[in-house]
Amino acid sequence: MIQILLLIVMSVIMLVMAFIAIHHKSLQVAVIASGIISLFASVIYIFLAAPDVAITEASIGSALTVGIFFYILNKIRHEDIKK
Amino acid sequence: MKILRNSALLLIVGFMAWMMIHLYGQYESRDALNPVAEYYAVNGPEETGAANLVTSIVVTYRGLDTLGEVTILFLTAAIIGLLLRTEKGSRKKSVRESSEFLSTASGILIPVITLIGIYIFMNGHLTPGGGFQGGAVLASSFILVLLAISNKRIGHRLLDYTEAISGISFILLGILGILLAGGFLDNRILPLGNFGTLFSAGAIPVIYSLIGLKVGAELSNVILELNQIQGEEEEL
Repeated sequence: MIQILLLIVMSVIMLVMAFIAIHHKSLQVAVIASGIISLFASVIYIFLAAPDVAITEASIGSALTVGIFFYILNKIRHEDIKK
Repeated sequence: MKILRNSALLLIVGFMAWMMIHLYGQYESRDALNPVAEYYAVNGPEETGAANLVTSIVVTYRGLDTLGEVTILFLTAAIIGLLLRTEKGSRKKSVRESSEFLSTASGILIPVITLIGIYIFMNGHLTPGGGFQGGAVLASSFILVLLAISNKRIGHRLLDYTEAISGISFILLGILGILLAGGFLDNRILPLGNFGTLFSAGAIPVIYSLIGLKVGAELSNVILELNQIQGEEEEL
């Protein structure tokens, strides 16, 4: 019972984060929100007995992707300032 | 125009609802595994000696697919390297020093994260995880290295050699499987050992460690490329 409640809470947080990622004005906040989606998705994968997928999701979704997005965002911002 | 768009949307939503209702109506949960899954579940531990069934499927039964995945990742890293290539002289960077917090914390965190990554791919045949996961964890510790030690130049050469050597050894091990055992990437070229110990499951730990090193080197290379294009335009 408590597990289902936890799953529902995490799913709702993921939906809210997805909404923020699409509609927020600042791109940095959007990138971090998408990272949080991956973090909660990996917890949900552990609940659903898929630890292999959970490790992949946590390391790629919330570490590598966020890092790469920030590198690209930094680059784009520099180009904008130059123009 | 607006009416047309709305009616098209309505049509799509209606079609989706119709499909979902049919899917829901026809769904029945299965009591038994399908034949392929049953074969793996029954014979997998005995034939490969790996305690983690997922690993025995990924590395041995479906080893060719894994080779394909590693190749795709290699191609991605190579294409990113090609597109982001710049002249050698323009790579001088003027970055500010990383903060005290970051450099102190990363001094503690980098060894721990690297150790976890190595643990994940060395124990791929016993615990969840494996080459791809461990490689991704290694690459995420490499992000921290780049953020903390931003003023030092880190060479491509070590990463390139790691990737090349582990990739070649992976394929050589696969060919050894054809010569000595049942087929490409057969893990029985080494003794199977005791079930559940670190040195067991034949060549699976060796193969997965090589895959882990290769994936880690590839992803780190992508991040290094992205790091090196930061702020290079200001110099020109």
